Order: sequence, then structure tokens, then C-alpha cells
Amino acid sequence: MLRYILQKLALIVPTVIGITIAAFAFIRLLPGDPILAMAGQHGITPERYEILKEQFGFNLPIWQQYFNYVGGVLHGDFGISVATKRPVMTEFLTLFPATVELATVAMILAIALGIPAGIFAAVKRGSWFDQVTMGVALTGYSMPIFWWGLLLIIFFSGYLGWTPVSGRIALNFFLKPITGFMTIDSLLYGNWPAFVSSLRYLILPSIALATIPLAVIARQTRSAMLEVLGEEYVRTARAKGLSPRRVVGLHAFRNALIPVVTTIGLQVGTLMAGAILTETIFSWPGIGKWMIDSISKRDYVVVQSGLLLIALIVMAVNLIVDVLYAVINPRIRVQ
Amino acid sequence: MKKLMQGMMLAVATLAVCAGAAQAKQLVFCSEASPAHFDPGPTTGGNDFDASSRTIYNRLVEFKHGGTDVEPGLAESWEISDDGLTYTFHLRAGVKFQTTSYFTPTRDFNADDVIFSFERQWKEDNAYYNYLEGISWDYFQGMDMPKFLKSIEKVDDLTVKMTLNEPNAPMIANLGMDFASIMSKEYADQLAAAGTKELLASQPIGTGPFEFVDYQTDAVIRYKAFPDYWAGKVAIDDLIFAITTDPAVRVQKLKAGECDIMDYPNPADIADLQADTNLTVAEQEGLNIGYMSYNTTIAPMDNVAVRKALNMAINKKAIIDAVYQGAGQVAVNLIPPTMWSYNKDVVDDAYDPAAAKAALEAAGVKDLTIDLWAMPVSRPYNPNAARVAELIQADWAAVGVKANIVTYEWTEYRELGKAKDRPGAFQIGWTGDNGDPDNFFATLFSCSAIGVSNYSSWCDPTFEKLIQDAKKVSDQGERAKLYEQAQVVFKEQAPALTLAHSKVFMPMNKRVSGFTMDPLGIHRFDNVDVTE
Repeated sequence: MLRYILQKLALIVPTVIGITIAAFAFIRLLPGDPILAMAGQHGITPERYEILKEQFGFNLPIWQQYFNYVGGVLHGDFGISVATKRPVMTEFLTLFPATVELATVAMILAIALGIPAGIFAAVKRGSWFDQVTMGVALTGYSMPIFWWGLLLIIFFSGYLGWTPVSGRIALNFFLKPITGFMTIDSLLYGNWPAFVSSLRYLILPSIALATIPLAVIARQTRSAMLEVLGEEYVRTARAKGLSPRRVVGLHAFRNALIPVVTTIGLQVGTLMAGAILTETIFSWPGIGKWMIDSISKRDYVVVQSGLLLIALIVMAVNLIVDVLYAVINPRIRVQ
Repeated sequence: MKKLMQGMMLAVATLAVCAGAAQAKQLVFCSEASPAHFDPGPTTGGNDFDASSRTIYNRLVEFKHGGTDVEPGLAESWEISDDGLTYTFHLRAGVKFQTTSYFTPTRDFNADDVIFSFERQWKEDNAYYNYLEGISWDYFQGMDMPKFLKSIEKVDDLTVKMTLNEPNAPMIANLGMDFASIMSKEYADQLAAAGTKELLASQPIGTGPFEFVDYQTDAVIRYKAFPDYWAGKVAIDDLIFAITTDPAVRVQKLKAGECDIMDYPNPADIADLQADTNLTVAEQEGLNIGYMSYNTTIAPMDNVAVRKALNMAINKKAIIDAVYQGAGQVAVNLIPPTMWSYNKDVVDDAYDPAAAKAALEAAGVKDLTIDLWAMPVSRPYNPNAARVAELIQADWAAVGVKANIVTYEWTEYRELGKAKDRPGAFQIGWTGDNGDPDNFFATLFSCSAIGVSNYSSWCDPTFEKLIQDAKKVSDQGERAKLYEQAQVVFKEQAPALTLAHSKVFMPMNKRVSGFTMDPLGIHRFDNVDVTE
């Protein structure tokens, strides 16, 4: 098992190097300039421009800038934001819990609804439930989050008045962050109404963010189940006279779970991408919105380090999923 | 089910209200963007200034609410010497700095604070000149303060003498600008001694109407009324900025009562907001200009007749109807009609394609092709430059002029546009900084601004003399006369097409009272009250 994990870890190294190059190059390939973007309508004097370029090291040859960046990262120094002058790591740690909180709730939602829907659709293959579920899943998968999020707000918050429009918690609650997770912090403070409020603010953004993973998980579960339900051991189980519930739940589902777990792991990346749009629409103060703002300000330092941090986390989650996968299916370890 | 859900929500909402603070008057402003930080010296965005200089700080002089005239601020009065070189400020006595969890002042505001506030932006040996990595004092530089300032001296605790190198009539208006906010030297010294100078930008201390409480990055800024504010405690107790980037979401929040007031609605939403009986929509002419600069050094646009003909070929009214959607007016002069010295007698180049065509022929211009520049971003003075360019292209086509529309990324656009030899017609605009006409005329069309912000590379001796003379006279009546003449010369020489002045809207809940729209685009909440 340890060897298996080490093998997986070894694969991460070239990926990380690739990501540092991609993140570094991507923001520099966009036209624009971080220092000019910061200046107001009066602009900046050419002398000051040169001084600032030097301070941020943007005057150095490009390869040297890259090695300074990687060297900093290896020493745990992710640089200082051009726009806000705060360390990138500080900003990341402030904003990251909000994204994790939203993504976790969205993931729970996607799994809790996606797997049962997929199983049921497979068992009742061809029924109206199957057709409707798969139709909805396809629609969900094709829905642009930006438009979908705004639609949710207009309908549930604007028209029905059931949910708050945007933000993380009602403004009359003022909790100094402990963990940065609003739901956990409100419980730590023992403030029950604040906890309820933070849950209400999670509803719409987590629905918007969960939509695509939910559709993918439901479709994947359905097709995995269909495959397994056709296997001979399932027929054997049925022949033994087991109840349909036991056949589906115990024999079929456990075997169908393997591709589903892989899919769920891959959805972490989708969630991070979706968080960028969801957070922008719902004014959710997480790393997605931070990335968008920093790209538009051409904040090279934030973008190159922020992308790397996000990628590292996605890779860590995928590693955990790979390990889980091996736990569920011992055959993988042998390979 | 719906009833049950509503019942539950109501119960939750009631609980939430009960848990909140006891009946403090609270105003929630849905603001457009997060501030970079809370030091108004090195920041440049309107959202930065709303969050720092206009809430937490004061200046020696202040702009009157809703206008651009200056009134006493931290300086109770001032005298200007006859030669226009010496300004003596008499400071207000007994002004307190805010007491917060991170700072307790031991003395009142005095001359040391004033000197510190300017020297930190001016003197490279000041401990705060480089106190954050990569800062630049863009407005202090942009308003040419280093060129004009000779010295700032303390006469006594409550008197400051400012000496200039040359007369500069707009100086008083400059001192009302955000960058001129007065900081506490005592606090800055304390931070420097503790080795935490950078906190000046994240834990601000000022003399202004609100004191800083907390900033949750990218989400919420909290302030409370400063109880010892020198002008008296403001009516509201708590001020909250709920940062909401998307304008459509801001509208939904306002309608749902999650905020009381918002900025920058989409023009398309205005009619709907006006129809909402719970809301009022304040509006005001913006102190801005959207224009298009011809490079007057390159043939055939070095010929006044050609520039005039190109102007005449453009149907400005149609462009404004199509692009500004009722939120703009045709610009006759470079400055908007709300600004003092506006010359209402200037006659605009009338839309007349036939005359334009004839004038071009008379000038011997045939098969003219022009690069027509369009900003890639929406600006307060021009919501959609690409659309404007298309309409101008069509108008010019009708008189036989071919336009190639050119665009670049925004910072690159401005850099390329500045070049003295940039060909073609360049769309750009300006938002007034301090309400002084000099801020438009000299910044945008003086000879020394060529290569910087004079996108027409235009240097007209008559115009130049008028605007330079107007800088040296302190009497506003005399200055106005000079600027009125300058506007006549500008229209005759047509270095640019003056396109539009836009209108700014501010929707708010009916429970908000006392809010005045500000021509300078700043949002101030010190006069605001709310009814429960």
C-alpha cells in the first residue's frame, strides 16, 4: 500500500512542475500590465514605473523571474500581491475556507442526490423516472453556471423571497473568524441563529455549484449500475432468492461504486472551476472570486501562486481518492 | 409545502432579528468592488476612496455635499498671499482622532499630522514613503504636487504654512481630494516603533465621521459612527459595505432589502428600479466627458477644416440615444454644464453630412482611411466604445471616409494611445478629480501633457496661454472668463470630438434620507439617516 502511495506521489512531481510553468506563463501571455492596471486615470510616471517594476522583479529576464518564483515557492514564500500588498498566502488562507465550505456542501448535495437518482434510474431503466432524471441531468450538465445562478436568485430570492440573495451570513451577525468556516464558527460561538443563517446563505450557491457534479454523478452511477446489474453474480444473487433491495444495495452497488468514486474525485476539479463563477455571482468571498479579480488586475504574483495552490489541493484530493479506490478495490494495489 | 417553508423562514428571520444588536440605526451599502486597502494616498479607485477617505478621514478642505465648491474641513480658514505662493492654514482646534481597539490617541489633531500626511507622499526619506511593497503615490504625482510644492511648515500647533514654487489656483481644490486625507502622525509613529508600518493600510485611524471596525476580505466592511466626530456624531450608528460585484445581483439585494443603497446599476435596469414603489432612484449629471481625440500632427487631421468636417459627419444625438440609453447628454464643451466657467454660448459643430462632405472635398481629401480606436472596457463616460465606433464608422462611411476600428487590452490601449505619433481618432474620456476646470483643460490638452494625456498631440498657443494664465489668478470670476474663452478656441480648433457627459444613477430604499449624489462620483454617508 505504501509503495502504491509513493508511486502516486512520484507522479505528482512532474505535474507540479508543469503547473508552475503553465500558471507563470498563462498570466504573462495575456496582454496588460499589473503596474499600469493599478494606476488611476492619471497613470504613473515612467520613472516610478521602472522603480516599481524593479521592486516586483518584473524587469528581470523571464527565466529568472520564473526561477525566483519557483525558488520562493520552495521556501514557502508565495509572494506579495501587486494590488493589495498583502502576502498571497495570507489572502489564500483567509479566503480558502469559504470555498471549501461551499464546495463541501455542494459535493454532499451532489452525492446525496446523484447516487440514489442514478441507482433508481438504472433499476427502473426505461421508466418515466429514468427518462426524466437523465433528461434533467443532461440539462443540468449543459447549464451555464452564471446564468443558472442568476436565475436561481431571481426566482427563489426575488420572486418567492425564500432565500437570501448573496453573501455568507446575515449582516447582523458579526462573528470574528475562528476556523473561517461560517457554519462551524457560528456553532463554536454557540450562536444557533447565526448557524441557521449561514445555512440559508449556503442554499442557492451550493445548488448552483452542485448542478454539474450532480448530473455527472447521476449519469455515471446509472451506467455503472446498468453494467453491474447485467453481471452473472447479480443473477446468482437473485436466483438465491435475495430481496431486490439486498441485490441492488449489497451486490450490485458495491461493485458499481468503483467508477463512481473515481468520478467523484474528478469532480473536485470541476467544483474549483465552478466555484470561480458561482462565487462571483453570489458574492461569495472565496478563492474563485479572488482569482477572477486578480486576473482582471493582471496581478501576476497572485495568479501564479494562487493557481499553484489550487492545483496542489486538487491533486491532494485526487491522491486521497486514489488511495480510497485502492481500499475499495484491492486489485488496483496489485497492478 | 410552500406555506410551511415560508413559516419556517419567517421563524428563522425573527430569530435572526432578535439576535442582532438592539435597534442601532444601520445602513447597508451594496458596493461594487473590494478596496485594495484603506490608505487613500496610494490607492486610485473610487471604491478605494469610498471605503477609506470619505468614511474614515478628513482633509484640510472638503467638497460641499453634492457640489464641487470647497468648504473648510480640518482647516477652519486659510489665506493666500497676493503672489499666490503662500497658503496659510488655520487648523480646527479640539479635533479628535478615532479611538479603536488598536489605537488610543493621546493628543488632538495638529500641524504635525498635516505635515506628515503630505511628506509621506513627497519626501523619499520619510519612513512611510515606501512603507508597502511597490506603492506609488499616483494622485500626489498626477496632480503635480511635487512640482508645485516648495515647503510645508509648522508655524504653531494650529497653523501650517504651505509655500509653492509657482502660483497654482487649483491647489485648494486639490487639497480636498482623497490623496490629501489627513493621517495621525502619532499613530504612524507608534506603528513604526512597533515595526508594523504596514498596518497603516489595514487598520486605519482618521478624524472622519466613521471609524473602522472590521474588514472581511472581499465580503463586508464594517464601520461605526465616530462618537467624538468634530462636526457632531452622524445620524446612523453602523455603516456596512456589502461588496457585491455583479450589478444584477446588487439590484436583487436592494429589492430584497438586503441593502439600502447601491451604486452603478445596469442602464437596462433603471426603468424597472424607478417603477419599484419601495425605491427611489437618485440621478445626477456625472462630472465627466467622453471624447475622441484626433492626432492633430498627422495629415490630413492637422487641418482644422478636416477635423471640423469629421465632427460634422457624426450624429452625436443618435449615438447617445443608442449607446447611453437615456443616461447621457451631448457634450458641447470639454467640461460638463454643471462645472463653473462652462460657456453656454459655444455652438457645437452641427450634424450635417452634406456640409461635411463638401468641406472634405474643399480640403482636397479623398479616399480617407482613419484608424478609429475603441476602448475594450465600459467606462463611466462611455458604456460601450465599440458600439460608438460602429456608429461613427457608419456616419463617416456616408461622407466617404473609411474607418478601421482598432482595439487593445485596456492598459495597452492607453499606453499606445499616448504616443505622440499615434495615428487616427482615439476614443477616451475623463472623470473630474476636484471640480476645477484646470483638471480638464490642462490635464487633457496642455502642451506639456503631450505624450502623457494629451491624446491629440495638440499644442495651440492661444489655448495654452489662456489655461496657463487661469492657473495663476486666484479670483474665480477672472479664471472663469479665461476658461470661457478657452472653450471657444477649443471648438474652433476641434482637436477632438466632444461626445457625451454621462448620467449617474443611485437607487436606494425609501427609508434612506439625506443622501446627496456627488458630482465627483464619491459616495458619502455622513449626512444620511434611515427610518426604521
